[in-house]
Amino acid sequence: MSAEAALILTQLLNGVQLGLLLFLVAAGLTLIFGVLDFVNLAHGAFVMLGAFISATLARWTGSWLAGVLLMLPVMALIGMALELLLARPLSGAHHHLAQVLASFGALLALMSIAMLLWGTQGMSAELPGWLRGQMSLGGGIALPAYRLFIVGVGLLVALLLHLLLRHARLGMQWRAVAANAQMASALGAPVAWLRLSVFALGAALAGLAGALMVPITEASLGMAVEYIIIAFVVVIIGGLGSLKGAFIAALLVGMIDTLGRAFLDDALRAVLPLELAETAAPALSSMSIYLLMALVLIIRPAGLFPPPARRRP
Amino acid sequence: MRRAWLHRALLVLEGGLLALLLAAPLLAQWLAAPFWLDVATRIATLALAAVGLNLLLGLGGLASFGHAAYLAIGAYATAIPTYHSIYGGAAWLASDNGLFHLLLALTCGGLFALITGWLALKTRGIHFIMLTMAFAQMLFYLLQGLETYGGDDGIGLDARSQLPGLNLDDAAQMHWLAAGLLLAGLLLYRLLARSRFGLVLMGCRERPERMWALGWPVRGVLLAAYVVSGMLGSMAGWLSANHTAFVSPAMAEWTHSGELLFMIILGGAGRWLGPLTGAAGFVLLEEWLSSATIYWQLPFGLLLMAVALWQAGVPRREERA
Repeated sequence: MSAEAALILTQLLNGVQLGLLLFLVAAGLTLIFGVLDFVNLAHGAFVMLGAFISATLARWTGSWLAGVLLMLPVMALIGMALELLLARPLSGAHHHLAQVLASFGALLALMSIAMLLWGTQGMSAELPGWLRGQMSLGGGIALPAYRLFIVGVGLLVALLLHLLLRHARLGMQWRAVAANAQMASALGAPVAWLRLSVFALGAALAGLAGALMVPITEASLGMAVEYIIIAFVVVIIGGLGSLKGAFIAALLVGMIDTLGRAFLDDALRAVLPLELAETAAPALSSMSIYLLMALVLIIRPAGLFPPPARRRP
Repeated sequence: MRRAWLHRALLVLEGGLLALLLAAPLLAQWLAAPFWLDVATRIATLALAAVGLNLLLGLGGLASFGHAAYLAIGAYATAIPTYHSIYGGAAWLASDNGLFHLLLALTCGGLFALITGWLALKTRGIHFIMLTMAFAQMLFYLLQGLETYGGDDGIGLDARSQLPGLNLDDAAQMHWLAAGLLLAGLLLYRLLARSRFGLVLMGCRERPERMWALGWPVRGVLLAAYVVSGMLGSMAGWLSANHTAFVSPAMAEWTHSGELLFMIILGGAGRWLGPLTGAAGFVLLEEWLSSATIYWQLPFGLLLMAVALWQAGVPRREERA
């Protein structure tokens, strides 16, 4: 296998890996919006908290995996607290601006708390041995084991979420609340608990994304503001409230962003003078996902897979 | 009865605030406190941007979470020609003329608003909020990619805009320019709010379907408001670049857009002098909190949550009564 093909394969893997991490963030965002009609700007803070909490727990327990697994219930509790504090009093579409402002305030407050607890320095975590090296796939191709691990976790979570939403009682009740919360409540669905559980799951998923990023980029305060906009782009492209849309859009965005950064340089150099290509390529590749979003908007303003309209009482 | 009394007290307070802002250079000289003049100029600049946002949110009912982008556009439209006029290159763009900077800022801001607004106005409500946010972030990354102009770090303004009869290196004259433009912006808002355009805009906020049925081009009206709003923002950016003599991509960061929205909500959306009250409230709060603790975003964030919850609770309480 040639070096070029191996490079392309590695970049494709990177694209899928970024896409699946984005899916973990966007899935919670889109579920919370879909079921609760709440726009959570503090979702980025969940990513950051998941990263710091998992790294801290990994240090205490001495095991990275234990850190990640123990982080999940902690994040679920934090998510529930936010639901009680903000999402419950501000539910409903007429409160969207207040939701955005309140969750923006929550984001700032959570960032400050993280700064108080962990300082402004980043925090790294030690991977266990079996995730460190390269994994040989035969044919002379070796890929980083940890990236394959992220892809595996991401696909597993996507599958479980799909099964949960389509085939489990809890998912069915969530869909009932999304369609008409009053009717679901009248039919005996425990709406208050269902709302809490959506927030808990969303926070845990975002925390998982943050925890999985730690070995690659370190945990940092900046995560809180960095990932929320790109997750918004994903849910806008996919259709706000749609899990399938979030999955496909996340992979699309991850792929375009990664491949743009890797290959746009060379592609532009083929058609443009060298100097112009070198200034245009980084700017264009960082804009590429927004251009994709604009394109989708022109063709389908409600996103690629808009969920069925909510019935408002 | 008590509400009317409160309302009048607030108006007196706001009038006093405006007078204080206009007289700030004299007061600062009299009290020998140049620091407070700096704060006052910042309030005037941010209030001008907030007036633009108030036009959009207060009259048109559109919440933009990307208005910091226009401040950055105005600032870079000042910094880039200045850079070339000092260090050469790009002769067609190089200029130290302040009017050229302002014109460029207004043109670029207007064009960015026209394009992104046309796209974002395909949707309303929460989609519009998220889209304006995303487009502002796109600009943020674009500015970060401009290595010639400092990239991520931003770039200092080595000379302020040259204006006939004004020396912007003088803090008092800089302030009077900012305060004067703020006054002009406030008057423009007042004029627009009472004009036919303003009435149509409010109609589009309240009952878009009916306005459409009456034959008004609803999306066009909202887009026009968005463009005017963006141009006011980029004018504020031009002022900000000249005031601080520094521009950076961070000006376009979405957290600053959130702060602008906070100012509007604090001052009351759709109130004439609301942006001034909101900007003064925000800047003074930030000065006070950040001088007390480096964790100032914690109390600020909690306050933001409280304001949002309180503001959302008001209509419900009135319904019950």
